[in-house]
Amino acid sequence: MLYREALNKALDEVMNADDTVVTLGEDVGLYGGSFRVTEGLVEKYGEKRVIDTPIAELSIVGNAVGMAIGGLRPVAEIMTGNFSLLAFDQIINHMAKLRYMSNGKITLPMVVRFPQGVSRQLAAQHSESYEQMLSAVPGLRVLSVSDVNYAYHALKYAVLSDDPVIFIEHELLYNKKGEVNFSQNLDPFKARIAKEGSDITIVSYLKMVDDVMLAVPEIEKELGCSCEVIDLCSLNPVDYESLKHSIEKTSRLVMVEEDHKTGGYGAQIVSWAAEEMFYTLDAPPLRLAGEDVPIPYNRSLELASIPTPESITRDIVTWGKKNDV
Amino acid sequence: MNKLEAEDIYYLMVLGRAFEYAAKENYMKGNISGFLHLDIGQEGFSVAAIKAFEKGDIFSTYREHIMAMARDIETKAIMAELFGKQTGVSGGKGGSMHLFEPSRFFYGGDAIVGGHIPNAVGCAYARALQGNEDGVMVIFGDGATNGGAFFESLNIAATHKLPLLFLCENNEYAIGTNIKRAAPFREQAKKAEPYMLTYTVDGMDAKAVYETVRKAQIQIQEGHGPVFVEAFTCRYEGHSVSDSNAYRSPQEMNHCKVKDPLEKFKKELQEKWLCSEREIKSIEAKAQKAVDEAVEYAENSPEPELDALFENVFYEERKNVVS
Ligand SMILES: Cc1ncc(C[n+]2csc(CCOP(=O)(O)OP(=O)(O)O)c2C)c(N)n1
Ligand SMILES: [Mg+2]
Repeated sequence: MLYREALNKALDEVMNADDTVVTLGEDVGLYGGSFRVTEGLVEKYGEKRVIDTPIAELSIVGNAVGMAIGGLRPVAEIMTGNFSLLAFDQIINHMAKLRYMSNGKITLPMVVRFPQGVSRQLAAQHSESYEQMLSAVPGLRVLSVSDVNYAYHALKYAVLSDDPVIFIEHELLYNKKGEVNFSQNLDPFKARIAKEGSDITIVSYLKMVDDVMLAVPEIEKELGCSCEVIDLCSLNPVDYESLKHSIEKTSRLVMVEEDHKTGGYGAQIVSWAAEEMFYTLDAPPLRLAGEDVPIPYNRSLELASIPTPESITRDIVTWGKKNDV
Repeated sequence: MNKLEAEDIYYLMVLGRAFEYAAKENYMKGNISGFLHLDIGQEGFSVAAIKAFEKGDIFSTYREHIMAMARDIETKAIMAELFGKQTGVSGGKGGSMHLFEPSRFFYGGDAIVGGHIPNAVGCAYARALQGNEDGVMVIFGDGATNGGAFFESLNIAATHKLPLLFLCENNEYAIGTNIKRAAPFREQAKKAEPYMLTYTVDGMDAKAVYETVRKAQIQIQEGHGPVFVEAFTCRYEGHSVSDSNAYRSPQEMNHCKVKDPLEKFKKELQEKWLCSEREIKSIEAKAQKAVDEAVEYAENSPEPELDALFENVFYEERKNVVS
C-alpha cells in the first residue's frame, strides 16, 4: 500500500464509522485531492461531508474550529503547508487556545493535515516546513508521519482524538510503499525504532528518516559501527523515554532534519540531550539540517540547501572520525 | 492602437504561444521542473493588458511568462530562468513562477494565491505619495477573489482612492474547482462594485482587453481612484503541466476554445490593418525563431555557482558572531 493510500484508507474508515467526521479543503472533493489523499471520498460520503472550499485557508481552519464547536469532527486539508501561514491566526489563537481559555469547557476534536517540505524544484514559496513553529504552540499535538503503517494508524487516532492535531505529511512520501498491519494497536505518540543499533543514535522524522536509512549502510561501513535510527513520529509531545533508552545504549546523538538549522525543530532535541543526557554522551551531539536560506529553484542549489543521503553520510563520517566512534 | 502596435501585439501573442509549447516540450525532456503554469489560450489577455497599461508597475502571479515578455523582459532570459540557469531573469533561483524585473516595473511572479494583491496596494500608496500618476496594475485569477487578501485590498484601495487597477483573469477555474462551486456568482467584478468602477470584457478578444485596460488606466491617471477590470478567458491546458485537466470534458474544452485569441486577432490585422498573408507569416516566423533561440540560449547557459545559494538572502550580508 502507498503512503497516500494508507491515509486515504484511514480517512475512509473513520468517515464510514462516524458520520460526524467531515473533511474540507481546496480540491479535496471532485478533484480527489492534490496528492490524491481524499480520492473517492466525495463519491462515497457526498459533498456535504467532503467539502471543496474556495482558496481561503484562514476560513478552512477557522470553519473547522467552528464545526468542532458545533459537534463535528473536521479534518481540514491545507493544500500544502506553505499556505497554512494564512491560517496561523486560526491555528494558534483559536484552535490551540480555546480549550485552555475556556478552562476545558470547549473541546476541539479536529485535525489539520498538510503536506510540506522540499519536493522537487518548487522554489521558495512552495518548499517550506513549519513543524518548528507549530511544535512551539502549547495546545497543539503535532504528528509527523514517515512510515506507511504509522500513517494509517496515526491519522485514525488523530481524527478520533478529542484534541486538536496538526498532522504533517511530506510531499515526497505519498508514493512510498509499505505494509499496513490493520490489527495493530499503535500509539502514535511513541517514537518508532526504524533500525536498531548500538553505537550512534540518529534521530529524525518525516522524509529525512528515509534519507538517513539510505545513508546508514555506508556510515556503518566507513566507521565500523552500528547505528540506531529513531523516527520521532510525534513532535509534540516528544517520546523522550525512547530517546533516553537509545542514548544510554549508544552514548552518541545525531539529529537530522530537513528544515533550516537556526531555530529548527532539532534544536529542541539536542538541547534536551544537553540538559538531561550530558553525562551519558561520549561525543558532542551533531545536528544536520538545512541551510538558513529560502529554497532555490535550481536543482543543484536546492539539493545543496538540505541534507541528502550523501551529505548525511559525509557529515556523520567526518564527525564520527573526529570523535572516535 | 496603430498598425505597428497591433503587429507587435500579434507578434507577442504568437511568441507567447510558441514559448509555452517550447516550455512544455522541455518540461517533458526534463530541462524544466517544478511547477509550470502555461498561459495557452490566454495570450491575448496577457499581452493586450500589459501593452495597454503603458507605464506603471505590474504585480502578477505564477502564470506570468507572457506578461513578462510583453513588458520587454528578454525571452531568452525567461527561458533560461525556467531552465534554472545563471542567465535567467532570477539567476535560476526563482524558476517559472518567480520572474522579477524592477527595471521594467515588473514585480513577479508571486505563487501565493492573492498574496501579491496587498503588495500592489502598498505600491500604489507609494506612487500616490510620490505624485506618480501612472498607477499600479495587479493581475490575479478568479480563485484569488475568494480570499481575504483580495477583499481587504478592495477596501483599502477604495478608502484611499489609490491609483490601482485590479485585473481579474477569470478562466472559471482554480486548479480543478469551477468558480461556480467556490463563489455564488460567475462575475467576480460584482465583489468590487460597491467599492469602485468595474468593467467586464471578453478576455479572448485582445483588442477589447486592450481598449478596456487603456480606458481604466486613463481613469486612474485622471484621479478616479481604483478600477476593477474582469476578463473572461479560457486556459487550454491543465492548471500546470502536472495537472491532467481531467475535470473538464472534451465538450467543455471545445466550447471554451472556439474563440481562439490568436485567430481572432489575426483577422483584426487582416481586416482593419490590411496586413498581407506574407506580413503575417513573417511575424510568425520571427516569433518562432525567437523561441528557438531562447531554448538554445537556455540550454547553453551555465548553471549558477554553488555560492549563489547564500547570496541575496539579505542586502547586507552578516554572519553569526562566533567568537
Ligand atoms: C494561498 C494559496 N493557496 C493555495 C495555493 C495553491 N494554488 C496555486 S494556484 C491555485 C489556483 C488559483 O486559481 P486562480 O486564482 O483562478 O488562477 P489561475 O491559476 O486560474 O490563473 C491554487 C489553489 C496557493 N498557491 N496559494
Ligand atoms: Mg482561475
